[in-house]
Amino acid sequence: MTNQDKTNKKVVIELQNVRREFQVGDETVKALRGVSFKIYEGEFVTIQGTSGSGKSTLLNQLGCLDTPTSGEYLLDGVPVRMMSKNQRAKLRNRKIGFIFQNYNLLAKTTAVENVELPLMYNKKVKAKERRERAVKALIEVGLGDRLEHKSNQMSGGQMQRVAIARALVNDPTILLADEATGNLDTRTSFEMLVLFQKLYREGHTIIFVTHNPEIAQYSSRNIFLRDGQIKSDTYNDNILDAAAALAALPKPQD
Amino acid sequence: MSFIVLLAVIALAVILYVVARTTLLGMTFRVALKAIASNKGRSFLSMLGIIIGVAAVIVMMAIGQGSKESVRKNISQMGTNIIMVRPGADMRGGVRQDPSSMQTLKIEDYEAIRNKASYIMYTSPEVSSSGQVIYGANNTNTSVYGESLEYMDIKQWQIEEGTCFTEQDVQSAAKVCLVGKTVVDELFPEGGDVIGKTIRFKSMPVRIVGVLKSKGYNSFGMDQDNLLIMPYTTVMKRLLAQTYFTSINCSALTEELTDQAIEELTAILRENHKLKDGADDDFTIHSQAEMMETMSSTMDSITLILVVAAAFSLLVAGIGIMNIMLVSVTERTKEIGLRMSVGARGIDISIQFLIESILISVTGGLLGILVGFGLCQIATGLLGLPTSIPGWSIILSFAVCTVIGILFGYIPAKKAANLDPIEAIRYE
Ligand SMILES: Nc1ncnc2c1ncn2[C@@H]1O[C@H](COP(=O)(O)OP(=O)(O)OP(=O)(O)O)[C@@H](O)[C@H]1O
Ligand SMILES: [Mg+2]
Repeated sequence: MTNQDKTNKKVVIELQNVRREFQVGDETVKALRGVSFKIYEGEFVTIQGTSGSGKSTLLNQLGCLDTPTSGEYLLDGVPVRMMSKNQRAKLRNRKIGFIFQNYNLLAKTTAVENVELPLMYNKKVKAKERRERAVKALIEVGLGDRLEHKSNQMSGGQMQRVAIARALVNDPTILLADEATGNLDTRTSFEMLVLFQKLYREGHTIIFVTHNPEIAQYSSRNIFLRDGQIKSDTYNDNILDAAAALAALPKPQD
Repeated sequence: MSFIVLLAVIALAVILYVVARTTLLGMTFRVALKAIASNKGRSFLSMLGIIIGVAAVIVMMAIGQGSKESVRKNISQMGTNIIMVRPGADMRGGVRQDPSSMQTLKIEDYEAIRNKASYIMYTSPEVSSSGQVIYGANNTNTSVYGESLEYMDIKQWQIEEGTCFTEQDVQSAAKVCLVGKTVVDELFPEGGDVIGKTIRFKSMPVRIVGVLKSKGYNSFGMDQDNLLIMPYTTVMKRLLAQTYFTSINCSALTEELTDQAIEELTAILRENHKLKDGADDDFTIHSQAEMMETMSSTMDSITLILVVAAAFSLLVAGIGIMNIMLVSVTERTKEIGLRMSVGARGIDISIQFLIESILISVTGGLLGILVGFGLCQIATGLLGLPTSIPGWSIILSFAVCTVIGILFGYIPAKKAANLDPIEAIRYE
């Protein structure tokens, strides 16, 4: 995406000097120290940075899970600070798909039921449709054969994919992923990347936190964080195709 | 009755299942059910308080209701149209009375009632005493009632063996008596024919002319067969040497005419006693119906006290549920945070916990009703206590349990709803 295209696009996310501080005992931890950027509709942004640089804290802000200590976060032009708790809950339910760094699945609950969860809080989706959509999302992440497996009967990678399916099931316009491929082997990571790229092409806005610089090459924009501040923010003019990379991988032998 | 309850339980389960499968609220229901099921032991323990409380309330109500019904039955068997006239003013104030005021009922009063009262069917004066009755080497303590022939009709006594004493016996103050079954058993343990035998009461020999048909114990546990009945003249002249009656028993023409009969009796006696207008009655009149009312209301207040005591255990049970729910909220903080992060509103979370506490208390209530039923069966079967479970007590139990669930689930539910999603999800 070039600078000309951007002017035609809608700004989905706008941060204005966002700060987030945590009080730990007597100490104040400054996790975000004045972060400002705009993200346009349909961008695929990766956020990188060392551990503790504030990536998860930033993503929680974007996901309306947390509110800034100071500064303003505008979602579709509306300041999140001004929204009621219920309005934010509705946004999380309809507009945003969130993949947690540590999956956060419901314990002792099957994959399908975990994926159904967001739809449970959407009155418009009836039981039958809810299940159909959950099954479809699980098939998309390659877990069509694990529908009734409970979360404690799955591997880390499988749990991560259930978390991805859960984020996709409400068909969100914004997808926020915190290390969504951190626990996956190369092949499965690429399979997930193919999925994210497909969503990107369909026009979803994706923000993807990762430690892996390789993955950044498959996105349209790369932001680097350091100590709660933006170190660099560059556009990637040469987006690699994940499907091609997947095809080039050596076939698994079984 | 138990069949109906069983049917209701099944119907409820089916409805719950259908609702659970189809609606959003149902989803929440299923979540709550799952939470309860995944912690069966703890859920049961928190239910236990409700089970015991409801069972106690049901049993208390059933015993209260059962005793009331049996007392009513007993009293009405005695005859609801009985009217008792006693000497002296109404004693319910507890004021001590001059002994002479207890001697106001005389033979003239009896005759006046017989001659003038139009609403009265039967009349019998009564003089009573108690003491030892002896036959040979056997003796027993008993009560003696001096009565007229009409007493048999008023109290519906029947003669099992022999005959009643006669009008002639009353006229001549004959030393004859009717004996109750208990007295017969005590004095004649080896059986045999007792008619014509002479027994002694307070050193006066009396001849047995008849044996009364047994009435058994009344609902206050009193043996109704431990008595002798003699002509009132015999007791008055030969036994006690007194000229006044202990009481006069009458029966109204019908139960409905009791009030008119009382009015009429009052007028007759006041006239007889030459009481001036405004002076207090020197006698007291009670009807059996009135006694029955007093009894019923006494039983009602006893039942109420018992039920209130049992209901307090429900309150304690409610606090137990709240305790468990608070633990449950803390334990599931992470889950709550997760649900919120995917879009659950505070109210969705609080409804989930409310439903959970209602489910616990209502299920407990249901089990409590069943246990209560069982205990009532045992109370009746083994202890012979009369029990009758009022239908409304079941509905009441359900209502109370639901209210307890809401009331004591509210604080934990509110606590859950107020959690911050990101803090909750980070909770370990
Ligand atoms: N709830 C909290 N309370 C206190 N400090 C916090 C809290 N959340 C984050 N922090 C602090 O904020 C800083 C940024 O944390 P954050 O989780 O955003 O890092 P990160 O970039 O996601 O790291 P990683 O790559 O390891 O996931 C850290 O120093 C962390 O200790
Ligand atoms: Mg992180």
